[in-house]
Amino acid sequence: MSAFSAIGEEQEHDRSEYTPGLEPQATWCPGCGDFGVLKALKGAAAELGLAPEEMLVCTGIGCSGKLNSYFESYGFHTIHGRSLPVARAAKVANDGLTVVAAGGDGDGYGIGGNHFMHTARENHDMTYIVFNNEIFGLTKGQTSPTSPKGHKSKTQPHGSAKDPIRPLSMALNAGASYVARTAAVNPNQARDIIVEAIEHDGFSHIDFLTQCPTWNKDAKQYVPYIDINDSDEYDVDTTDRSTASQLMFETENALHEGTVLTGRYYVDNNRPSYQQEKKRTGEIPEEPLAEKYFDDEYEWDRVYDTFLDKHK
Amino acid sequence: MTDDELIWRIAGGSGDGIASTSQNFAKALMRAGLHVFTHRHYPSRIRGGHTYTEVRVSADSVTSRGDGYNFLLALGDSFARNPQEDAYYGVEEIKPLSENLDDLDEGGVIVYDTGLLDPDDIPNFDERIDANNWHVYDINLREIAREHGREVMRNTAGVAITCAIADIDPGIIKDMMADAMPDKIFEPNMDVFDDAYETVTSEFDATAPDISVPTGNHDEEQVLVSGSDAIAYGAIDEGCRFISGYPMTPWTEVFTIMSQNLPEIGGVSEQVEDEIAAAALAIGASHAGVKAMSGSSGGGFALMSEPLGLAEMTETPVVLIEAMRAGPSTGMPTKPEQGDLEHVLYTSQGDSHRVVFAPADSEEAYHQTRRAFEIAYEYQIPSIILYDQKNGGELQNIPATVFDEEPNPDLGSTLTEAELEDASHDPSGKYNRFQHAGENGVSPRSLPGQEGGRFLATGNEHMPAGHISEDPDNRVNQVNRRMEKLEAIRDDLETDGQTRNTQYGPSEAQYGILTFGSQQGTVREAIDELDTEGYHVKMLGVSELAPYPVKEVSSFIESVDEVLVVEMNASAQFRGLTQKELGRYGDKLSSLLKYNGNPFEPAEIVDGFINSIVEDRTLNGNETKYIPAASD
Repeated sequence: MSAFSAIGEEQEHDRSEYTPGLEPQATWCPGCGDFGVLKALKGAAAELGLAPEEMLVCTGIGCSGKLNSYFESYGFHTIHGRSLPVARAAKVANDGLTVVAAGGDGDGYGIGGNHFMHTARENHDMTYIVFNNEIFGLTKGQTSPTSPKGHKSKTQPHGSAKDPIRPLSMALNAGASYVARTAAVNPNQARDIIVEAIEHDGFSHIDFLTQCPTWNKDAKQYVPYIDINDSDEYDVDTTDRSTASQLMFETENALHEGTVLTGRYYVDNNRPSYQQEKKRTGEIPEEPLAEKYFDDEYEWDRVYDTFLDKHK
Repeated sequence: MTDDELIWRIAGGSGDGIASTSQNFAKALMRAGLHVFTHRHYPSRIRGGHTYTEVRVSADSVTSRGDGYNFLLALGDSFARNPQEDAYYGVEEIKPLSENLDDLDEGGVIVYDTGLLDPDDIPNFDERIDANNWHVYDINLREIAREHGREVMRNTAGVAITCAIADIDPGIIKDMMADAMPDKIFEPNMDVFDDAYETVTSEFDATAPDISVPTGNHDEEQVLVSGSDAIAYGAIDEGCRFISGYPMTPWTEVFTIMSQNLPEIGGVSEQVEDEIAAAALAIGASHAGVKAMSGSSGGGFALMSEPLGLAEMTETPVVLIEAMRAGPSTGMPTKPEQGDLEHVLYTSQGDSHRVVFAPADSEEAYHQTRRAFEIAYEYQIPSIILYDQKNGGELQNIPATVFDEEPNPDLGSTLTEAELEDASHDPSGKYNRFQHAGENGVSPRSLPGQEGGRFLATGNEHMPAGHISEDPDNRVNQVNRRMEKLEAIRDDLETDGQTRNTQYGPSEAQYGILTFGSQQGTVREAIDELDTEGYHVKMLGVSELAPYPVKEVSSFIESVDEVLVVEMNASAQFRGLTQKELGRYGDKLSSLLKYNGNPFEPAEIVDGFINSIVEDRTLNGNETKYIPAASD
């Protein structure tokens, strides 16, 4: 019998179950795109029939880091840029958990960029939502890795000389097996993409455009958006890596020219997840590691019996 | 060193098989009933360079590399660069012979391979041989090896010659090699062995040197283990089944041993992108309910500072390993030092706390690693094992029964789902994971996936269910509870009946030597040598660095007139810690320091003690440094 009985079959769950019954009230500003992520995540969790206690939501630092303060599940609000290593180890330790990591664009593409690249490369079976508001919000409006070239702020008074990060291209090149962009202004698409991302066996990256009305843009500036999977103008084959790459490049350019392209760009269902690869080579046991500690029948190997011969 | 001891130094280039040959040699002699202790000296490069391993062999227990050495087997550096390469600065092959002569005892033995080494490359070699009464055996080991097998078997030829000269029964070595080698390689090695043995006994006077390995007998079965082995084994027996890391010398050894063994026993090893990730992964795995560890050496451990604080704040149990090497910065990657003491004690922002043990040797490393896990999981606090390149790599024989212990996979203060049903929850249904009051400051934890256990872990200050909060009353309650754990751990360590701080020497003495971590075995031998010379000195070797054993150290210092603090760094960090923790005794504590990349030899401590404490308080030479007491 499992020691983790919240993990199990799909059940009926109402989205209100993911709402904490009392404080804390969200600290996000009125009109903040972060509400859109919270709403989409609740909708996705309900649609997937996930129990709050079979989910672990790991976040970084910033306004986005408070996602798990307002989402009722197990949560780990880590440190700046480090949600991914915490999250992926938890998944390795107990792969029954549904693990979602989240953070901002500074958190994920800046200070935590190395972890983003490597978690994508390893194709850990988890979902990563990056709140991309093209700005450092909580620290009051500094230029971020996704701020457009020329963006002026208190720390870049003459305008940023740097080209912005290309988040979708970066995810694809690093090895993410599901890459999508959605926006707070598009709640239904956002929910559907989170559902697909969580269901996907491998690393799912969602670049989530979240307007920051206080320091950057308000919601209106992300409208109208175009859903590339639902538009006659775009012929998208999400299994084709090279057209995905081309379309990502266009999408990243277009955003700074005022055209908001969203949707699924790349889905590779054939690539085994990290967990599957490691189980195949015998480097992750079939039964979740965390279960062993509650299994009275489990026989723990002893150094004295197992490893001493080579020292004799 | 006594006459009936062999300290055998095998020298060559990195990649010449020095490590495996010396390990097999040591193990064979251990099997024959002798006590062995090894010391490694190697450069930070893949191939070539000046590298050696010493194997000290004695009928009695030995706890250090000893003083000097009396037998050199110089194989030459077969990876030396040659004049065709652009960076060439003279004859490199000869270094394993030329650079080892200074430390060789009078009357010692030199065996060198004339297949690679030309003595004309060493200035005044013949004069030095005469002046030191060295016995020289110039033999073409390479030729013997090539005749029966391959050139790499020259190491076997060198070992055979050692047996003939040092009066070691060849059967001991041959049995060992039979175990260690497949038949195809074993047979030509035996031919090489016999040929070399025959050559030295027929063409040279192998009995001339006054060196012979004594006979010995072990009361019980022994195993040859390093500190790194013992740390890994302690972790495994505590049920640790997750390690994450990034390669860095010398920590890599523990990481490698764990990575090789964990898949065999259902565990997981993760080699990751950097040390920040390594520490964060260990935290993530532990948070999800697995006993987990990570570690590094100085520079990598610096990257772990912020995750370390996260573990403290979220009260996530984790064990970290810090293998010190000479710093600052990249320092001397393959050389031992104890300069990371303050780094490990104080790194990470805020009022952060952790438990730190610095084991003396392999046996202590096994037990203290186990204790570190117990404390981490019971008290939900990071525990750190602080060791160094010296005791991490030293091989020594200890009784196999040291490891005859039961595994302990207990997760400490972690609740089951049944226990969670009766536990305190907030009105939203979250489990109050961080309650204001808890026995010994501990508030039990739940694990993701458990029904009735959901909570928020956060590096922000937080309310009982984990919500971020800056409420002043809650803040004070949470800080006080976390701090309360430290006193509880101190009480626990004082009363658990285990010995981690080691007293040695006479119970009554005028002087004391205080040391910590890997220096303890060397100081112990210095105490014996001082006793032989008529100085009654006692020692306290400290392994508990945090919480600091205030009572034990105070009473030790009270019991003597003056204390010499021996440590392997330049700024007397352990003496500083002692004064900070005890708040006095500044006028009784002086320091003997060494920081040239080589560990203390016992005689250096003896000389340092006599010169500084007994005699005129000055030291000659630049190997060690004396710093007098603060205010005398």
